[in-house]
Amino acid sequence: MNEMSAVTLARPGLTGFEALRDDFPILSQTVHGKPLVFLDSAASAMKPAQVIDAMSDTMRTQYANVHRGLHWMSERTTDAYEGVRDKVARLLNAPSRDEIIFTQNSTGAINLLAHSFGATLARGQAVVISEMEHHSNIVPWQMLRDRAGIELRVARVTDAGELDLDHLAELLADGRAGLVAVTHMSNVLGTVTPAAGIARLAHAHGAKLMLDGSQAVVHRAVDVQALDADFYVFTGHKLYGPSGIGVLWGRTSLLETMPPFLGGGDMISTVSFEESRWAELPHRFEAGTPAIIEAIGLGAAIDYVQAIGFDALQAHEADLTAHALARLQAIEGLQVLGHAADRGGVISFTLENAHAHDIATLLDRNGIAVRAGNHCAEPLMRRLGVNSTARASFGLYTTKREIDLLAETLEQVRVFFA
Amino acid sequence: MQGPQATTADPMSDLYQQLIVERARAPHRAGVLEPADGGAEGDNPFCGDRVQVTVRLGADGGVAESRHRTRGCAICTASADLMAESVEGLQRPAIASLYERFGAMLQSGESGTTDSLGLLAAFRSLHEYRSRIRCATLPWTALLDAMSEAAGPGSGRKDT
Repeated sequence: MNEMSAVTLARPGLTGFEALRDDFPILSQTVHGKPLVFLDSAASAMKPAQVIDAMSDTMRTQYANVHRGLHWMSERTTDAYEGVRDKVARLLNAPSRDEIIFTQNSTGAINLLAHSFGATLARGQAVVISEMEHHSNIVPWQMLRDRAGIELRVARVTDAGELDLDHLAELLADGRAGLVAVTHMSNVLGTVTPAAGIARLAHAHGAKLMLDGSQAVVHRAVDVQALDADFYVFTGHKLYGPSGIGVLWGRTSLLETMPPFLGGGDMISTVSFEESRWAELPHRFEAGTPAIIEAIGLGAAIDYVQAIGFDALQAHEADLTAHALARLQAIEGLQVLGHAADRGGVISFTLENAHAHDIATLLDRNGIAVRAGNHCAEPLMRRLGVNSTARASFGLYTTKREIDLLAETLEQVRVFFA
Repeated sequence: MQGPQATTADPMSDLYQQLIVERARAPHRAGVLEPADGGAEGDNPFCGDRVQVTVRLGADGGVAESRHRTRGCAICTASADLMAESVEGLQRPAIASLYERFGAMLQSGESGTTDSLGLLAAFRSLHEYRSRIRCATLPWTALLDAMSEAAGPGSGRKDT
């Protein structure tokens, strides 16, 4: 397979990020007769042609099962699949490629951790999460609590939508917490949490730290060593890659103490009916034929964003977010939820007299896709005193013109329901 | 290359008809009956919407009065309100039949089936907004539960 050109050259007349829109074929679609304005990237991002082609080329030209065949196709596909592990290791600045474990998504990674790291915790120990977690970082820990007698503690969120570090310190004070598992960036409020500070706090009280990077990894350069995290999870489909592939990174010293999660092929070294021996890392945690094509798609997505560079991505997003906050907050009766000092391009809001679902329907008929509802974060909704919100979230292909269109259409919605 | 095309209907004129917007803004049948013969709640976990329906039955077993307390979108609130008005004087089989015809209209959008639906025909274009159909049916599931409670063993007027 050919090395892909990571980023398309600019079309004449278009510069910078605007030109990158050409890489995303779906953006030329129309919805209800209007050009698609896709402001739901935090739910799942659109895919560049580089990702689509990488996956399609795999199936067309170079595909077989991995880690098994002695034939050419299998060896080449194994190389491509394992090459993605190296790319992920570089993306996260992980010390070793063997610490990168492929999962189905972030939910799969957290369930793996809750099962396998959870098994190393003793009854009476605690896991600390926060009020602004996605359901996927709540429910697996509740299941662990109920199955293993682990206490689940919940750190508060301030009115600004930031993690209450004083409360977190209180929850850690008795030294019984074995793990702090919190988001690196809220999928509702856009809040970026002070991960390095949380790591210091957790470690000072004898707890490990897992960061849910599902949103953060899209918007920031992530360095797990600089953050001093112990585990980091993210999913491919929000990073312009395909669905069905996610990542768990963990320190070797911790992964080695953890029992496997799923049993099956690929995760063993020897099997007899009396006993089986586990494979070395990372394969111990990857039972069965993995998501080969999706992993290769993820590799192409990582190439794509790294060719743009996270400095440029972050600056672009900060520019869009500032513009959006200014435009949205100028709308009478519109309330943006949370105002964290450090935030990314995810903005939840309510509009007086207009329910989030009515807003979403009216925007949709103008071609504008936003999320509406509880965003898989019911406890946070309760904490903020709202039942549902509308949420606009940005991708690298989002333009200020699209945000202006959102603001203008919201103004029409406001007048309609006033 | 173009994918499948959605319709170009304008929701401000077809979905959010004046009647729906008015009833969402100022419902005619909002509230909670105390005492009531039956009451039930409907929840939509997807959006957090909640409808509480209370009914008081007449001597013939039909709905004498019905009230709703709705925390929801315009479609849900207007549907609850027009439902409460539409079922007054009806007995359970007639209500079930009305709901069945209402549901069929929401699926098909066919006006031929809406003749007997009265005010409820205002929701005809909802079939073009598939993800919103649940908003209109949620009050009805609560109403049928409330009717079951009113008819069930140990039923009788109670203070809710």
